Amino acid sequence: MSLFGKNKSIKNDKTHDIQPTAVSSKKNDNIIEIKNITKVFDGETVLDNLSLGIKRGQFVTLLGPSGCGKTTLLRLIAGFETPTSGEIYIEGVPITAVPPFKRPVNTVFQKYALFPHLNVFKNVAFGLKLKKIADSNAKNGFRKYTKAEIEQKVNKALKLVGLEDYGHRDVNSLSGGQQQRVAIARAIVCEPKVLLLDEPLGALDLKMRKEMQIELKRMHEELGITFIFVTHDQEEALTMSDVVVVMNDGVVQQTALPKKIYDEPSNAFVADFIGESNILSGIMKQDYLISFLGKSLECVDKGFEKNEKIDVVIRPEDIKIRNGFGKGHFDGEVLSTVFKGTYYEMEVAVDGYEFTVQSQKEFVKGSEVSLEIKPDSIHIMKKMLTINKHIGKIAGENLVSFCGGEFEIPTAGFEQGDEVIVYVPFTAITLTDDESDGVIGANITQSVYKGEYYQVQIFTDSDDDFYIDTADEWDMDDRVGVVIDGKQVKLERYDPDKEEVNA
Amino acid sequence: MRKKVKTFRPTAFAFPYLTVTIVFVIVPLLLILVYAFRGADGSFTLNHFKDVFGKGYFSKIIDTVGIAAVSTVICLLIAYPVAFILASSPFNKMAIFALLFIIPMWINFMLRIFALNSLLGIIGIKEGYMAAVIGMVYDFFPYMLLPIYTVLLNMDKSYLEASKDLGANSFKTFTKITLPLSLPGVISGISMMFMPIFSSYAITDTMGGAETSVIGANIATLFDGNADNYGLGSALSFVLLLIVLVVVFLSTSLSGRSAKVKKVGKVS
Repeated sequence: MSLFGKNKSIKNDKTHDIQPTAVSSKKNDNIIEIKNITKVFDGETVLDNLSLGIKRGQFVTLLGPSGCGKTTLLRLIAGFETPTSGEIYIEGVPITAVPPFKRPVNTVFQKYALFPHLNVFKNVAFGLKLKKIADSNAKNGFRKYTKAEIEQKVNKALKLVGLEDYGHRDVNSLSGGQQQRVAIARAIVCEPKVLLLDEPLGALDLKMRKEMQIELKRMHEELGITFIFVTHDQEEALTMSDVVVVMNDGVVQQTALPKKIYDEPSNAFVADFIGESNILSGIMKQDYLISFLGKSLECVDKGFEKNEKIDVVIRPEDIKIRNGFGKGHFDGEVLSTVFKGTYYEMEVAVDGYEFTVQSQKEFVKGSEVSLEIKPDSIHIMKKMLTINKHIGKIAGENLVSFCGGEFEIPTAGFEQGDEVIVYVPFTAITLTDDESDGVIGANITQSVYKGEYYQVQIFTDSDDDFYIDTADEWDMDDRVGVVIDGKQVKLERYDPDKEEVNA
Repeated sequence: MRKKVKTFRPTAFAFPYLTVTIVFVIVPLLLILVYAFRGADGSFTLNHFKDVFGKGYFSKIIDTVGIAAVSTVICLLIAYPVAFILASSPFNKMAIFALLFIIPMWINFMLRIFALNSLLGIIGIKEGYMAAVIGMVYDFFPYMLLPIYTVLLNMDKSYLEASKDLGANSFKTFTKITLPLSLPGVISGISMMFMPIFSSYAITDTMGGAETSVIGANIATLFDGNADNYGLGSALSFVLLLIVLVVVFLSTSLSGRSAKVKKVGKVS
């Protein structure tokens, strides 16, 4: 793939390269290369300078909450949308200018989109009848499939999805699961290089969904083509995929093997989204020693700066719980206990945090317990940001304008009109219930409990992100006003040639 | 102890309509039936039907079917592309465009006909067959447009995406997906135009000149004071009614076949 070598050599430090696996470890064997894709709908940025490489033959899952841009990314690959900027390559060929009907990909739609006026056989044969295949004997080197060929291919595809004798059936008479299978057969019969699946199991009931998960895995192995699967169900993503791409806010948060995503989430969002987690703020005292909730614990990580602020993730099933105080790292009281089928889930209050703990044994509400956390159960993530950084302008004496508002901030040493970098600590921001009480308005986009406080992410009307540490819990999508304590804010002269700021 | 509970039955809402139907539809139909088979002396006769097929009235019916078919086909050929354009983005976001085509429905029908007639006169199209057809097309256009537009607008766009995904270009997608899926709209458009034309003699009277008329005109003449031939008029109406019933039956069985299509279109 000489073309790939070329593309690869373009310097791009933002590309999330997929981890090598047993399936494929060749460095440059990416069938799809997404480069700096941005997509803006009606002024709203859905995908933000996203880059991603997808290896040939893998089962890749795009995972994220609704509105994170995963479906848009899939539709860009399919060709139903055009990117605002950036390029997508399939086998090294740029395809953003290629219409969907000429792309070597096929899609299984969320609601199947089976043609209601055609029976099962005709639905599956739809793509084959249009297909031109290379044939040196034909006039211009191409011919169409013969009736016999089509029949043979359609029957083979129907057999693969387990609907051999359903060809004559009306698609409207099929159950949801069967329609799903027809949709898959219709897509794979065209022998695409990449199969795109847009939340295909969302409309099925739980039992059917589990069945189809196994079926899809089997089809993937049998066909050997690349699958790109979109879902918001983390369990589905972890069970089925070779590689999981976690997305949020139009940005890739982490690309890794399912196990790695679960065990070593790269940031608080991923940890929070992938299953239940206890997420706390801590300090890396030195290599292999971490401190949180006033205790120092052994861990297995190193390579952080001394006393670097970090996030700690501890899975509920990794915490050992025992009756009585003094038998672990933390003493606490059980606040609630819920039976979850194969285990019990307890909320345990310790000094400064409420741990979620899972155990085979029930610990009744009110009982005194000890919690033990083993070194290899402590997962450490670098803090994404430790301070909010934005570009602003001095608007007057002790008045700085940034992010769509004018804030009272001491401006000693600057003159009106100066461009400055504004550093706002997480603790300097107060959110107000009433939007009009704040200087600017914003929406809550994320709220993570960190022990003693919540770390809240907001998205302002000026399209800027802020992180805030607050004692209050805020609900997603709440409208809030933003007030900034000017005394905690630092200003620095902004030099556009020198500085690169994520404003 | 059992007590009779008075319950309100929703069917009660149907009574006003039922009354109107009985008085103004069922009874007149029965009267037509009676007049059609009743001789001048009050006895049973088939003579009126003999007249229908003997006195040139039947060829008038054929002519009427002809002008109805021609007008309907022309109207369909104009309305479909308009509906298609209106239903496709970016026009579908601007309801104002669809409204522009619907507004004429709010103006009285006779007014529209007279206005159109003088307009055609100005541009030199004389009263006659062509003017009558233009009148029909113009007058029934919204009735043809609206059902097609509605079907196209509500059609699930994922069908079109699926078609393109499977290798069909825009033209193939139209012929293989859009057109067949929009048939229910086309059929209801046709039935809302084709049948009423039979009796739209106001248009042919105004714009058709001397030689162009529809069977409805003849029936009206037979019923008016000078002719006073209720028997023949009723028999003609009866034959017309049969034709209409056949057309209704055909179109419902046709759209019945595509009703499933509609259902699925809604579900997905």
